[in-house]
Amino acid sequence: MDHPIKRDHARFRKIVKGKIRDNLRKYISQGQQIIPKGTDQFKVPMPSIDIPRFKFGGKSEGGTGQGGGDQGDPVNGEPGDGEPGQGEAGEGEGNKELEVEMNVEELAKILGDELELPKIEPKGKQQMSSTVDKYTSIGTVGPDSLKHLKRTYKEALKRQMSMGIYDPMDPRVVPIRKDYRFRSADTKIEMQNAAVVIYMMDVSGSMGEEQKEIVRTESFWINLWLKSQYKDIEIRYIIHDATAKEVDEDTFFRTRESGGTLISSAFKLCKEIIETDYNPNEWNIYPFHFSDGDNWSADDTKVCLELLDNFLLPNSNMFCYGQVESRYGSSQFYKDLSAKYGADSEDVILSKIKNKEAILDSIKDFLGKGK
Amino acid sequence: MLRSKPINGKLLDLQREIQGYADEYGLDYFPQIFEMCDYDTINILAAQGGFPIRYPHWKFGMDYDQLSKGYRFGIQKIYEMVINTNPCYAYLLEVNNWLDQKLVMAHVYGHNDFFKNNKWFSTTNRNMMDVMANHGSKIRRYMEKYGQTKVELFIDRVLSLENLLDGTHLFETNEILVSRGETEEKFIEETENGDYVVDDRSSALKSYMRVEKKKQKDNFQGPSESPAMNAEKNTVKGEKDILRFLINNAPLENWEADIISCLRDEAYYFLPQRITKIMNEGWASYWHSKILTQKALNGSEIIDFATKHAGVMAMSKQNINPYKIGYELFHDIEHRWDTGKFGKEYNECTNMYEKENWNTNAMQGREKIFSIRKSHNDITFIHEFLTPEFCNRQQLFTYKFNPRNQRMEIDTRDFEAIKQKLLTQLTNFGSPVISVEDANYKNRKELLLKHEHYGVDLDMKFAAETMSNLYSIWKRPVSLTTKYEDKVVIFQFDGKELKAVS
Repeated sequence: MDHPIKRDHARFRKIVKGKIRDNLRKYISQGQQIIPKGTDQFKVPMPSIDIPRFKFGGKSEGGTGQGGGDQGDPVNGEPGDGEPGQGEAGEGEGNKELEVEMNVEELAKILGDELELPKIEPKGKQQMSSTVDKYTSIGTVGPDSLKHLKRTYKEALKRQMSMGIYDPMDPRVVPIRKDYRFRSADTKIEMQNAAVVIYMMDVSGSMGEEQKEIVRTESFWINLWLKSQYKDIEIRYIIHDATAKEVDEDTFFRTRESGGTLISSAFKLCKEIIETDYNPNEWNIYPFHFSDGDNWSADDTKVCLELLDNFLLPNSNMFCYGQVESRYGSSQFYKDLSAKYGADSEDVILSKIKNKEAILDSIKDFLGKGK
Repeated sequence: MLRSKPINGKLLDLQREIQGYADEYGLDYFPQIFEMCDYDTINILAAQGGFPIRYPHWKFGMDYDQLSKGYRFGIQKIYEMVINTNPCYAYLLEVNNWLDQKLVMAHVYGHNDFFKNNKWFSTTNRNMMDVMANHGSKIRRYMEKYGQTKVELFIDRVLSLENLLDGTHLFETNEILVSRGETEEKFIEETENGDYVVDDRSSALKSYMRVEKKKQKDNFQGPSESPAMNAEKNTVKGEKDILRFLINNAPLENWEADIISCLRDEAYYFLPQRITKIMNEGWASYWHSKILTQKALNGSEIIDFATKHAGVMAMSKQNINPYKIGYELFHDIEHRWDTGKFGKEYNECTNMYEKENWNTNAMQGREKIFSIRKSHNDITFIHEFLTPEFCNRQQLFTYKFNPRNQRMEIDTRDFEAIKQKLLTQLTNFGSPVISVEDANYKNRKELLLKHEHYGVDLDMKFAAETMSNLYSIWKRPVSLTTKYEDKVVIFQFDGKELKAVS
């Protein structure tokens, strides 16, 4: 039987996910959000719930510290950060948010775990296969350069223990020739699935810096997840106001155009790109469109819907529309799409992103279907 | 559900060896039991405050979540855990190496000695393992009866008031309460029934009796409590033990009163550890370093020990490290009393050179620190023994928030300022001082609390939530008088929102 704390733990996880005890939600400390930082290093705060207490207002309090420095020198971090030392019974308060450095694969896994993202089922279209040699098994013969030290020593330890010559107080383990283990190669047939993500973004005057920041963060995480699911992934970027053009990643996030908004222009360009470069029978295609919901005219929206029906939907895994709320946006396009396809459509996924905090929920909207 | 097992073989030999050294140095401890466990078990124990069985609550799950993630990502590892019980239990981590175990054992004997001898611990219940387990089964039963969510919600509310304690109540043993007449009624009742036993009653039983007593009181008085109201108003003013106040005065169901008294017992059990953190850790560190460097280490372990010890002693700019400050202060005191750097003559000496090299060979250091560990807590410890020389040597400073560039900056290295800041941080174990001002405020059975303002404002967002929790227990509007942004304000929570009323 499991320890009862596992039940407390499961309950805590449910509260954090908002499934039970809704009244606690407001105490869950901000920072469930995962923020890209530097090239490969990230901050992974852990969720925690602060039970409200009478306590002192943080910053006016100040504190005492130890170390060098003159008056006016900054003391990095907040009071309460980093408490070194050993744990002791009855230690209640401590630092709650921890920074962890980790690599991209681990991050993708955490993202998948946290959001409970399903593994993507690639379309049953052509799956390229190739043979790869991978050093995944262990043999008793091989060149020294492939010697597996850990396994070798394990063997030696096993032998010494079974022979009764191992002394835990003098844990010396000496491998002999027959303990040696080597990495050896297995041939594997690998199925490859290729995917392309096409990002489209409205860069008309109403999309401000904050909105673009949201799109940037969101696309980072979407890429991260799709990369963990597909071996081969290509990413294309389209920006549009009244006309659309294809750009590189950098331009995509920096350009600020002005003028009107014709969403159909982007959809048309997207169609062209797919037609020329990506055979829908070979590729898993993910078009994402982000805007603040404004479109120039109802007529143009009609053109958009036609494009979706006749080309984009039949040829892509799913079509995602993320509406970034801005002060000027009318959010009309969201209404039009949800009127036509419904908010829970399998093929057209709609998500409203109010602010940075909503990014994770929106990623779950997009990727939660496993398509 | 114990997943730890007693140590044996070589480790038991090691314990005997370390215990022998502890005896040589004159440490005085409870019987010491070491148990071995894996990291998951130690995470569970740590999440539950060191105890194997607690009541069901998500906060233990949260702490467990953080500890195990911390372990998995290699951010932190718990070396040891020791619990204030008799016999004293301590847990060793399986994966630790021989030197770690040595260090931990020596450290634990320091804590054990402190638990046994420090006066602030003298009234703590040393059978707390059983008490906690009893609380657990009681609360589990309430959950079965009234529903998990309902009981958990109530626990959340009580936990939000858990830090509103009165440190002086640590010395309120049952005998004192009785002689003061506060429990006179109960006393008579019980002697008549013939089941009065002075000390052996578990606190679970006591809290049960509190409930029973309240039931009887309710029955006697019926719904009209008005005659008692005025008298009540006088006796409760200044009460800082808010939980006790609620048990006696709030309109509670029996199970609610019982849960409050369980949680209150637990909060008071942990309180001595909160008010002696610096001393307790300093004392344990002093002894692990003494025992290891003078006795237990062999030559090949010195470097490893130095690394480990340095890790424990790491300084931080954001916070003082209680291990470091406590350890250094005990050493400083020992040195001062060994060389006679104390008393009138030394204090009045103005020759800096002479003062620096003062040595009367008094050799009273060891004796002095043993007597300090008996009678002091962190506040009196810092108040009496922090010296300008020490602050200077330890590079202590205070910092404050600079609103101009939004960062924390070093404020001063002035001795008086540092001492003041440290003492302020330690006052009332770091919690705001909140007391009952009026339990019949405006003659409408409203509750008025008072916050003693010592220069730092309350976090009003948290205060609002806390007052809303208090409201749902008190069931009438709750007000708080405090100073906010340099103005005296009364905040009132009326069931909907927090408003400043004056």
